[in-house]
Amino acid sequence: MALLAVSNLGKQFGGLQAVSEVSFSVERGMIKAVIGPNGAGKTTLFNLITGSLTPSSGSVLLDGRDITGHRPHQIASFGIARTFQNIKLFPGMTVLENVMIGRHIRSSGGFIASMLHLPWVLAEEQRIRQAALERLEMLGIAELAELEATSLAFGQQRAVELARALAMEPDLLLLDEPAAGLNIYETAEVGRLISSIRQLGITVLLVEHDMSLVMDISDEIVVLSFGRKIAEDVPEAIQSNEEVIKVYLGE
Amino acid sequence: MRRLLFLLPLVILVVGVQVLTDWTDTRYYLTQLTMAAYYSLLIIGLCALMGYTGQISLGHAGFFAIGGYLSAALTTRNLAFFQDQAFFRLLEGAGILATGQDIYGAELVVVAPWAACLVAIIAAALIAWLLGIPVLKLKGHYLAMATLGFGIIIYRIALASEYFGEADGISEVPPFLLPFGLEVSGSFAVREANYYIAWGLLIMGLILLRNLIDSRVGRALRSIHGSEDAAGAMGVDTARCKLQVFVLSAVFAAVAGVFLTHYNGGIGPSEAGVMKSVRYVAIVAVGGMAHLWGALVMGVVLNFLSLRGVFGSYDDAVFGLILIGIMLFAPNGVLSLLNFSGVLDFFRRRRRRVKEPGGLR
Ligand SMILES: Nc1ncnc2c1ncn2[C@@H]1O[C@H](COP(=O)(O)OP(=O)(O)OP(=O)(O)O)[C@@H](O)[C@H]1O
Ligand SMILES: [Mg+2]
Repeated sequence: MALLAVSNLGKQFGGLQAVSEVSFSVERGMIKAVIGPNGAGKTTLFNLITGSLTPSSGSVLLDGRDITGHRPHQIASFGIARTFQNIKLFPGMTVLENVMIGRHIRSSGGFIASMLHLPWVLAEEQRIRQAALERLEMLGIAELAELEATSLAFGQQRAVELARALAMEPDLLLLDEPAAGLNIYETAEVGRLISSIRQLGITVLLVEHDMSLVMDISDEIVVLSFGRKIAEDVPEAIQSNEEVIKVYLGE
Repeated sequence: MRRLLFLLPLVILVVGVQVLTDWTDTRYYLTQLTMAAYYSLLIIGLCALMGYTGQISLGHAGFFAIGGYLSAALTTRNLAFFQDQAFFRLLEGAGILATGQDIYGAELVVVAPWAACLVAIIAAALIAWLLGIPVLKLKGHYLAMATLGFGIIIYRIALASEYFGEADGISEVPPFLLPFGLEVSGSFAVREANYYIAWGLLIMGLILLRNLIDSRVGRALRSIHGSEDAAGAMGVDTARCKLQVFVLSAVFAAVAGVFLTHYNGGIGPSEAGVMKSVRYVAIVAVGGMAHLWGALVMGVVLNFLSLRGVFGSYDDAVFGLILIGIMLFAPNGVLSLLNFSGVLDFFRRRRRRVKEPGGLR
């Protein structure tokens, strides 16, 4: 069974059909990319999958379970993590604290127990901290731990956001333009990183404009144009797909 | 226990002030310091809501009033009249009635203060919960609107209802007996004890809130303040978290209302006024919003000055002015002007390093 199965998904904003009858699936362990011109509906698609937006039609299945219309925090707890196209780190908090929030669904200290700082809550706090530090080390940004997250350079903020998502230990990770705004070295680094994320057993669905990155790391590619899926195939086939070429050249 | 060390200076100060008033024969200051401590209890609760979750309540005087008025009414309104009704016998059986005599010597049967206190606090929590459920599902500042409306309603009820004493409020509220022979009352004989009860309660509230903020839940709250979308994507149930803090802050307000009412021996409608709510918001802002210490210091200082009558008949205007001034000149609170926060940050960072596990270089 596919890890993620999207079927006939649609979203309407007033008169605008931002996503229209999109169906595809993502197998476990795969790196799958969604590409398409600006405004094609890629981010909207992500928002529909993660519950930030409610679909006008269609359904989303995660591991066979219908998650359509659930709230974002529920979908996160079902095992989907995401990053945002316009980075959304928590201001006024350190890098470490940002990543520690990624452990929210992996910990359980509640309101009363936290107020009383019960011993088990304090022990859990140490585990949260440790797990967050491990993610920072994995991404090579452990030395930034105590800095305010939103004060960092753009590329570093991207890394923090990724660390935060990885701290959730998701089954499926949605990355919305992880290489946007990065130079070619950083982009290559992101490529290696995504491949290594797969080694952790995390399935990746990404939106990306950098074609060489997409062709390099993806197993399969879905192409959107004006909210519709116009192609879905392996990278080589997408590169020679007439309709895809037309959409990209006509842009 | 090490974690509680940060309170030591405060405890020393509290004791020091009491000793000082004893030496200098200025014990009358303790009365206002006691009242200021109760108001500050409400204010630090509001600080947790405003500063850390980013939600504004313009109805906290309403929760204070629910606590104070309910406790006052239940402990003064004579139930002797209902003696042969079923609910009376039920209350009697549960041991929550207290008997005495009123000023004319007639039999007086009222709800025992501890039970009244409990009812008042639960009522405030329940109302906050009901108010918060629909409003806190929405993103943005709808809570400010809803609580403003709520505050106005509570004020009108206090003013119009005979049960709550209309414009006169409720007086003759009996002392609230605590364990160890302590009692919450304004009588001179127990002035010192009440000073310590109030400050003990305030410090306890501070510890609870600091623990909360310095925890998984606290991080979740701050994340909501930062970005509700991202918080949701991290699995934080934003609506539930906001609701919990709102109810908690209402409980803090109600507890303050109950204790201050028993301490003062009464409560009047001015305590429920919207201007009071605005004052509390202003004080949290002056304290630096996300700053429990700032809220506490400003809460005590400004309430003390106000209670001493320093602001004269411009009392409310002063707090309005403070709110405007803060927004214009020091959005991070007055303590930031003194560049206090740099010092605080320094200590905070050191503490954090100490707390880190051995594995970190
Ligand atoms: N919340 C919204 N309300 C109204 N219209 C929206 C909303 N979100 C997106 N849209 C519109 O839906 C269309 C698809 O937008 P979307 O952000 O999904 O595109 P995208 O493929 O991610 O583009 P880009 O490559 O620029 O990020 C656009 O026309 C956009 O203006
Ligand atoms: Mg987009």
